Amino acid sequence: MMRRTSRRQFLRYALAAAPLGLAACAQATPVGAPASKPGGQASAPSPASGAPAAKPSAGPPIKIGFISGFTGLYAAEVAAQFAGAQYAVEQVNSRGGVLGRQVVLVQRDDALRPDEATRRTQELVENEKVDFVVGSLSAATQLAINTVTSKAGVIFVSLSQSDKITAMPDFSKYTFHESLTPRQTSTVVARWALQNLGKRPYLLVADYAFGHEHLDGWRRQIQAAGGQEAGVDLHPLGAPDFSAFFPKILAARPDFLVLANFGKDTLKSAQQAVAFGLKQQMPIVISITSTETIQEGGPEVFGDCYMGGSWFWTLADRIPSAKQFVDGFRAKNGRPPSDYGGYAYSGVLELLEAVERAGTTDADRVIAQLEGHQYDHYKGPQYWRRCDHQSIQDVYVYRIKTRFEDQWNILDIIHQEGGEGIAATCAEQGHAA
Amino acid sequence: MDATLVALVTQLFTGLAVGSLYVLLAVGLALIFGVLGITNFAHGAFFALGAYVGLTVLGRTGNFWLALALAPLVVGLLGLAVERGLMQRIAARADVMSLLLTYGLAIMLVEIIKLVWGKTGYPPTVPAGLQLPVNLGFAYFPAYRLFVIGLALVVTVAVILLLERTDWGLIIRAATQDREMVSLLGVENGRFLGLTFALGVALAGLAGVAAGPIVGIFPDMGTDILIESFVVVVVGGLGSLRGAIAGGLLIGLVISFTTLVWPAVSQLSIFILMALVLLFRPQGLLGRAA
Amino acid sequence: MRWLQRLARRPMLVLAVAFVLLPLVVPYYALASHMLVFGLFASAFDLLLGHTGLLSFGHAAFFGVGAYTAALAAKLFDLPLLVCLLLGTAAAGLWGLVVGALALRQRGVAFAMLTLAFGQMIFFVVLQARGLTGGDDGLRGIPIRGLGVPGFEWRLDNSLHVYVFVAAAVWLALWALQRVLASPFGHVLEAIRENEVRARACGYDTVRVQLVAFVFSALFSGFAGALYTFTLYFVALETLHWTLSGYVALMAILGGSGTVFGPLVGAGVFILLRDIVSTFRDDWQLFVGAAFVLCVLLFPRGICGTLQDVLARRRAPAAELPAPAVAPTLARQPREG
Repeated sequence: MMRRTSRRQFLRYALAAAPLGLAACAQATPVGAPASKPGGQASAPSPASGAPAAKPSAGPPIKIGFISGFTGLYAAEVAAQFAGAQYAVEQVNSRGGVLGRQVVLVQRDDALRPDEATRRTQELVENEKVDFVVGSLSAATQLAINTVTSKAGVIFVSLSQSDKITAMPDFSKYTFHESLTPRQTSTVVARWALQNLGKRPYLLVADYAFGHEHLDGWRRQIQAAGGQEAGVDLHPLGAPDFSAFFPKILAARPDFLVLANFGKDTLKSAQQAVAFGLKQQMPIVISITSTETIQEGGPEVFGDCYMGGSWFWTLADRIPSAKQFVDGFRAKNGRPPSDYGGYAYSGVLELLEAVERAGTTDADRVIAQLEGHQYDHYKGPQYWRRCDHQSIQDVYVYRIKTRFEDQWNILDIIHQEGGEGIAATCAEQGHAA
Repeated sequence: MDATLVALVTQLFTGLAVGSLYVLLAVGLALIFGVLGITNFAHGAFFALGAYVGLTVLGRTGNFWLALALAPLVVGLLGLAVERGLMQRIAARADVMSLLLTYGLAIMLVEIIKLVWGKTGYPPTVPAGLQLPVNLGFAYFPAYRLFVIGLALVVTVAVILLLERTDWGLIIRAATQDREMVSLLGVENGRFLGLTFALGVALAGLAGVAAGPIVGIFPDMGTDILIESFVVVVVGGLGSLRGAIAGGLLIGLVISFTTLVWPAVSQLSIFILMALVLLFRPQGLLGRAA
Repeated sequence: MRWLQRLARRPMLVLAVAFVLLPLVVPYYALASHMLVFGLFASAFDLLLGHTGLLSFGHAAFFGVGAYTAALAAKLFDLPLLVCLLLGTAAAGLWGLVVGALALRQRGVAFAMLTLAFGQMIFFVVLQARGLTGGDDGLRGIPIRGLGVPGFEWRLDNSLHVYVFVAAAVWLALWALQRVLASPFGHVLEAIRENEVRARACGYDTVRVQLVAFVFSALFSGFAGALYTFTLYFVALETLHWTLSGYVALMAILGGSGTVFGPLVGAGVFILLRDIVSTFRDDWQLFVGAAFVLCVLLFPRGICGTLQDVLARRRAPAAELPAPAVAPTLARQPREG
């Protein structure tokens, strides 16, 4: 995949490699210069190149650093996520940019590693001098990025799920969370499931922050609904095999099984639940996972399972902004956008519109434009809650189709709930109000 | 049967099925380590490659059994090419450089897989005829997993026969003891080194095809299982095939039963087991004492 | 060539100059700091692999223990920078003593796998103690530190300041490491690496000597980890993962295990290569993998090791060519004889 980059930047990188070994090795022979490989990429077209030059540019481009796990376990999700951001930038640039300035995305790979994310964000902020940072697809990398941006006073719009990022002490006034929190998602999914599937769920939870946050949300609702846990099991992240849990789960005779894990873990656990005949005996509710995971597993694995989520492209049938987004994105990319693509699109667009309203890229004035602001870029109305900069929005519950009509049409939307009531309160988050 | 006993027996089968995959991987690793002295960090990548080649064969022919036969062949041939083309250049110093070489190969292979087959994985598809759970009389158990247990059994018996009943096997066993002596005896070193490496990675490829219907097929599927396979080899006893078999099944059972009791430590448990084995029986369960 | 030889006799001076020049050629300061920290880590690791002949596969634990301890000292007790670094280093050394005492009962692969097992245990403990360590979310909220020297408040709040401090600290640590290797103790280590049985016959308690080397290696690794904390102000759980143990071994081997600055060069090349290629391409790992394979073919003794061989060959007539040092072998077992 090609990257946008300036020739000067490339030269600088190319120059860097060769003399290093020389200097430190104290040897005369230069070390094989590894930077010569990607030479062809220097002239790669920038994402903005398709845009007609409507107005003469009123200044240097506005730079948005986009950092996410382009390699690693969620490469497919991130590719779809980035496509959403690219589409937003392209739209803005074709309208003449923001404040008469073009917008560019500076893409960086954190490989899903938080330390990599930290260093790369330092580079984006200090060297690339980006005006804003957007991205991430893991709780840990977003928290890592946030430590850098909040110190540097750069606005960061996070596109990944975490309860902590909007809560004290991680929250800073530069932090904005476009994505759902696990608390929001699990509240809606749990309420719906406890009402419709029974009061005794068994929870299979990935033993990391994301899983624990979902478990916490489920437990609140189980208590509120007067339900009861049939059992809870924590499984290690990336567990190769889940079959060992199933005899236990079957013996507990729950009303339904909850999977509070993500990606490959969801896929493996659901698939093995099918193989062990579990799915034939109880409904399975996936607290949330990526639609890419559902595509990968197919209807044989996931058909008739329930799942929570932030958005699905068939919402275009009932929400005008969704239709606009889906049609435009489809015309460009030949596929409908994903839920993470939606987050990225909405996050970037909202940020740029705030810049337009503020008349400047100055962080404080952009923040003033964002706080409390209502917007509707792709999923109907949502807004930034003042206290914690969480985007208050709807959560959906889907039933996964038993036959996929095509690769993309895989979910039926069966329930929708939103508002502040599903999120942690400002006080719970450790904010004044 | 009461519920606890059923759970225990089911868990036993589960552990055996997981262990069977480890056995297939570990036998190949042990073979390569024993004969070539190389710690093959690319073993997990060959495992993944096997799964993907199997996927393609399955897609073209619709025949899982053909995939099971062809994928190891393709992976083995690639292994032969790698050994002849790259490894033998550093064979004289089969030292730490081989770590760098096989590691480099591993990340290249995974990246090539992504280029050819895409970044998104493919779902686990259980071959026709093995899809339904089998009633074992006391509980249901997936038929495919029973098949994997059987497959591992047949393959390891075949490998043991190969090693113990053929001339080639004799050379390999001799080389495991003392490689220099074998070459001094006039055995052409190169060919059997290459073939041994090919056999080792072919077994990894076979394990990949067999694992696909259980864990799904994705580019990084070999990363974690690689380190677990090392553990299996060490627990069983370096260079010992029977050790690799025993180690694989034991590790499978340990994971399976700790999952029952304390799931969070299931992944750690194998390392604790390994530490205990190494501290009290450093040659491994079935390894020869140094 | 004579100027080169003269320079080679003053390696620490060369290093100091290189550290001054590094940020001028590396794309950004944070990357330069990263290279030096891992250069120190790889050098500490190579104290075992290259100079003692022991391959550890659990060194991430020492790096991570250093990083977490330093971070917690700053976060919970608000201790000054130097104390944090000291505590991180000491904690890693202590853990090194425990692991070394147990693992050194074995050699070769068994030793490597024992260090791996202990590394996994630390990983597990830190993951489970999420209230204290942040678990997989990583440890955050580490307060910004300065040198704390009255009249010279060098605050580590921007990458340039961090680099200057890291460069000085790494230089000092490498100097200390050189002193260790050049000491009589270092010579005993080399003797053990070459032939453990013979060294034992000479009356050395080889296991104790190796244990001391192991603890030294852990101390320096922990110091590198503690420094890492103050370059990022974030400690990722990944710093304890076995993949990092693998990376550090690769860095040392890539640069030339057993050479003076090989591990430093290896770490630098490794990190720089990754960073640069991944800036331009999503399939950067393909190039990194290919670079490793090429390196093995082009530099069979690692970058610095092979370059030294080439220079030595050019300098010395073929007759008095020094026998190349025996590269450490993974499968090394104590041999009788």
